[in-house]
Amino acid sequence: MTEQLHQITVTVNGVARRADAPARRLLADFLRMDLGLTGTHLGCEHGVCGACTVLMDGVPVRACLIFAVSADGHAITTVEGCCDSGGELGPVQQAFQECHGLQCGFCTPGFITTITAYLEENPKPTEEEAREAIGGNLCRCTGYQNIVAAVLRAAEILRERDADQAGAGGAA
Amino acid sequence: MKPPPVVYHGPDTVDEAVRLLAEHGAHAKVLAGGQSLVPMLNMRLTAPARLIDVNRLDELAYVRTDLEGVRVGALARHSDVERATHAFEAVPLLRQAVRTVAHPTIRNRGTTVGSLVHADPCAEMPAVLALLDGEVLLRSERGGERVVKAADFFVGPMESSCQEDELAVEAYFPKPKGRTGTDWRELSRRNGDYAMCGVGTSVRVDESGSVTSAKAVYIGMGPVPRVVDVTAAGADWESAAEHAADQLDPEDDIHATAEYRRHLARILTARSLKAAYEAVAP
Repeated sequence: MTEQLHQITVTVNGVARRADAPARRLLADFLRMDLGLTGTHLGCEHGVCGACTVLMDGVPVRACLIFAVSADGHAITTVEGCCDSGGELGPVQQAFQECHGLQCGFCTPGFITTITAYLEENPKPTEEEAREAIGGNLCRCTGYQNIVAAVLRAAEILRERDADQAGAGGAA
Repeated sequence: MKPPPVVYHGPDTVDEAVRLLAEHGAHAKVLAGGQSLVPMLNMRLTAPARLIDVNRLDELAYVRTDLEGVRVGALARHSDVERATHAFEAVPLLRQAVRTVAHPTIRNRGTTVGSLVHADPCAEMPAVLALLDGEVLLRSERGGERVVKAADFFVGPMESSCQEDELAVEAYFPKPKGRTGTDWRELSRRNGDYAMCGVGTSVRVDESGSVTSAKAVYIGMGPVPRVVDVTAAGADWESAAEHAADQLDPEDDIHATAEYRRHLARILTARSLKAAYEAVAP
C-alpha cells in the first residue's frame, strides 16, 4: 500500500522547513527523520516519559503524541533552539552543565524544553515548584536532585543575565 | 511503536467535520488533543481507517462562563480550563480537578471534551461532569443537535453514548446552587499518574450551616463515574464516608487490591467532605 503524503510546513527554531510525510508520521519522527533534527529524543512513545517534549507555539507538548500533519503551520522549538543566538549554551543548558543535571543525557532534551517554558511562566520557582515542574519527565538515571538544582540555577542565570542587560543598557 | 497507516482529514469548519463523520463515522476516529488516542494508535490498540482532526476548528476553542455555569468547547485544552479564572469562580471544582489530570505538558494538548468522550473510568473530567449533573452537546448530520445528561452519557469503561457519526461540540458544567463547597483529591503513586482512588465532593449548606445536600463521586472505583448521595449522614463525615465506601465495587489490579481501594475511598471521602463543608460553612 502506498501512503498518501502530506506537504507539511513548520517553523522550527525560527526557520521555515517543509517536507512531505504520511499522515501517521509523529511530530518527533518528522523532526528527526524528515528534518534531520535528532536532538528530540523518543523514549516511551506513549506520552509517559517526556523525552520528546518540544514547544509548539511556545507551549510544551509531547512530540510523540502529535502528528506532524496536525502541526502544519505552527512554530516548533526543539532543544536545538534552546541555545543562545551565537550557538553558546542557553541558560537552562548552562545550568545543567554546572549542576551536573545530566548523566546519560537521553532525557535531557525533554527537560531542557520543559524547563525553558516553565521559567518564562514562573521565573523564581521554589524547590517544591521546581520538582512539580519536572514531574512529567522521567530520568532513568534518577538524576533528579541535580535536575532540580539545575532548574533553580537556570532561574538564577536568567536573572543574572537580565541584570547584566539592564546594567549594560544603563551604561549605554 | 508507530501508528498504523491512516487516511487523514483536517476539516476547517464544524459543518465539514460533521459531514465527514456522516460519511466515514463507522471507520473513523475524531482526533482532538490526542493524549489518549495517539498512545492507543502508537501501541496499535486501535487502527481506525481514518482520522478526522478537529484541531483547526478554532470556533470550538472556548471556555465561556455565564450565570448558569461554564461551557467548554471541544477544542478547549485542559490547560485553558485550568487557567480560566472566570470558570474557577463559577465552578471551582473544574480547576480543583483539572489540576490532577496527568502532567502540565499533557494538559497543554489534551481537551476536556475529548476526555469526556473517551470515558476512561479513571479520568477526572467525566467524574466532575457526573457530580455536577452536567451535559454534553452532540451534533450530527443525521440528527442535528442533541443534549445528553452526564448520567446517560457514560455507558461503560471507555464507552460514551456519543455515536459514530456524532461530534461532541461542547460540555456544560452547571454552577452549583446556593452555598455549595466542592473539593477534589486523589491518591496516586506519583503526582500526575492515574489515581488508585480519586474522589470529588460537593456539600451544600443553609444559612445556619446545616447540610442540605452532600454528594461524592469516584474515579478508579468502577466502570463509570459513580455518584453517591450521603446527605442523610448530615455533618458526620466519618459515617458518610463509611456509607459511600460500602456502595462502591472496586476491583483488584496490579496497583492496589479492591480492599485497599475501598480503604482509600473511605479516608479520602471523609477528608474531602470536610474540606468541601469548611469552604462554605458560616
